[in-house]
Amino acid sequence: MTTFTRRDVLKVVAATGAAAAVVDVDVAEAREPHPVKADDLGMLFDSTRCVGCRACQTECREANELPSDRKAANGAEYDAPLDLNGTTKNVIKLAQGEGDTAYMKAQCMHCADPACVSVCMAGALHKVKGGVVAYDKNTCVGCRYCQIGCAFNVPKFQWFTAVPVIVKCELCRHRGERGAACAEVCPREAVVYGKRGELLAEAKRRLAAEPEKYAQKVYGETDGGGMNVLYVTSRKVSFAALGLPNLPEHPLPQMSETVQHGLYKHGIAPIALWTAVTVMQLRARKKDEAGHGHGEGK
Amino acid sequence: MNDMGSEVFARAVTEGFSRRDFMKVCSAAAAAVGLPAWAGEKMAENAAKGKKPSVVWLHFQECTGCTESLLRTSHPDVGALILDLVSLDYHETLFAAAGKQIEAALETAKHAGGYVLVVEGAIPKKQDGIYCIVGGKKAVDSLVECAEKAAAIICIGSCASWGGVPSAAPNPTEAVGVPQILKEKGIDKPTVTLPGCPANPYNLLGTVLQFATFGTLPKLDGKGRPLFAYGRVIHEDCPRRPHFDAGRFAQAYGDDGHRNGHCLYKLGCKGPQTHANCSLLHFCEVPGAWPIGIGHPCVGCTEQGVAFNVPIHQNLPIDKPTAPMAYPGTNEPQGAVGPIAAGVAGLAIGAVVGAGFVASKKLSKEEEQ
Repeated sequence: MTTFTRRDVLKVVAATGAAAAVVDVDVAEAREPHPVKADDLGMLFDSTRCVGCRACQTECREANELPSDRKAANGAEYDAPLDLNGTTKNVIKLAQGEGDTAYMKAQCMHCADPACVSVCMAGALHKVKGGVVAYDKNTCVGCRYCQIGCAFNVPKFQWFTAVPVIVKCELCRHRGERGAACAEVCPREAVVYGKRGELLAEAKRRLAAEPEKYAQKVYGETDGGGMNVLYVTSRKVSFAALGLPNLPEHPLPQMSETVQHGLYKHGIAPIALWTAVTVMQLRARKKDEAGHGHGEGK
Repeated sequence: MNDMGSEVFARAVTEGFSRRDFMKVCSAAAAAVGLPAWAGEKMAENAAKGKKPSVVWLHFQECTGCTESLLRTSHPDVGALILDLVSLDYHETLFAAAGKQIEAALETAKHAGGYVLVVEGAIPKKQDGIYCIVGGKKAVDSLVECAEKAAAIICIGSCASWGGVPSAAPNPTEAVGVPQILKEKGIDKPTVTLPGCPANPYNLLGTVLQFATFGTLPKLDGKGRPLFAYGRVIHEDCPRRPHFDAGRFAQAYGDDGHRNGHCLYKLGCKGPQTHANCSLLHFCEVPGAWPIGIGHPCVGCTEQGVAFNVPIHQNLPIDKPTAPMAYPGTNEPQGAVGPIAAGVAGLAIGAVVGAGFVASKKLSKEEEQ
């Protein structure tokens, strides 16, 4: 045969795959999860305390210098975002539970092992001091993988701007010592800012003090590998009703990174495959030239 | 605590004034303007030592509404204020004297210096300021002379603060506020402006009593307005705000919405743009006695550019809108692919697959040749 057939291609792929597996068998275990740290900065939101005043939403806009989501209704103008978006880093939603309603504060969860950081192909999303998931707009290329990767649908792309960036809560790291503006302004201390270890202890204390009122789980303690923003809720409004997904205990990027790092470790598999295909091509060309004097035209 | 000062004063005339009565007046005064409890004692101390601050009150282009507004306070009673807590050394409305006697009083006060100068009314500039002459002296000259020897200057009312009613277009007398005159004449003194038409008298009392007791002025904003009274807009503290957030408006005077006390925004309320504390501290000491409380939209009487400028029933855009009384739900369905989009995508994919198939067939044919 002067050309290479489908059969030849399959042979090469199988051979390379086997070779790669042999080489990489020792690194095919799960990638180590990044641990939660008690000293990391975070927040605790207690949905039983929130009254839906939206002071946190307004203050977040001011502290981050974001424009209002102006909507006219009944002849007056309001700031009414329907969800997190390109100008909203924090939004209060109304949750309908089984026996009651509650308010839910939605913003970045600042995971200990974030999916957005893992998928970011440019490294624009990265963890900084205090465990805050930070965003560098100068590195971002606008691929929006982070939007897809986040289990909470938090990073939002600015669809209607000429020079868009990804917008999400960064725990007011630009305010330094003062910390999160939303927690500073909350009149009922429904959201509090502090070190994760202390917040978790406080959450557990509340759960133990009123076990008939609170659902006995702190969301974010181990969900998705642990996050720095923790939630507690009443028994009548489940975490699912609040819009918080049911996540496994291991971090979300663990499996994807294991597969990826396994396949592409040191570039062995790609280089092997590339080499094999190149060799095949060269051999096929030689055969061809030796055969009819002219190779397969393109 | 009704009219305690008057009671005390009346009793004092018939029975004599005890130290205890005096302390009562001072404590009431301190409490009414939010000073701490021990400030009342300090006030009494200062007064007893004869350290009552001197107050000189000038009237220019004004209606005397601010003075009248002050006369309707009772915490402390004006009598107690001017007889026990401060030394009112010149006031054209409240003085019994007139003519040469009152002018002599002013000269004495000016000579002594170190007084608190309260100015009520705007100052005209046109034709060298001849449009306001009191006692043969032009307003601008009188102001400059008194300001030069004052320890602090308080501009009461919108007229003195930025020109007020006399400055409304076309401003035929070129009326301006006190700060502008002081700036033009290069006089640099601690100046407080208390805009309002009239200004809430307790804003004045708070400022004067703080100065009388501690010698300090309250924290001021960029326009010289004390933050304790002018730090927030009416909209932020309005009792009708829940109606605004829920979209319940009065559409016309006397309609159902108006009768039910709904928000007056659509009638032209300037609450969102007006810095003042009227919603918190009502007038004439009657609860509910303030414009919105009685069913009239705020006209923005403290704000230059709004009051006597923007028509009363015209709205201004809201600078920093806040959330309405409606919430987005959690677990809203995310955007789904519409049928047309699905159809177009299907066609495109089909075309690519078909083309790929045809191309591969062609390649095989070439192979066989």
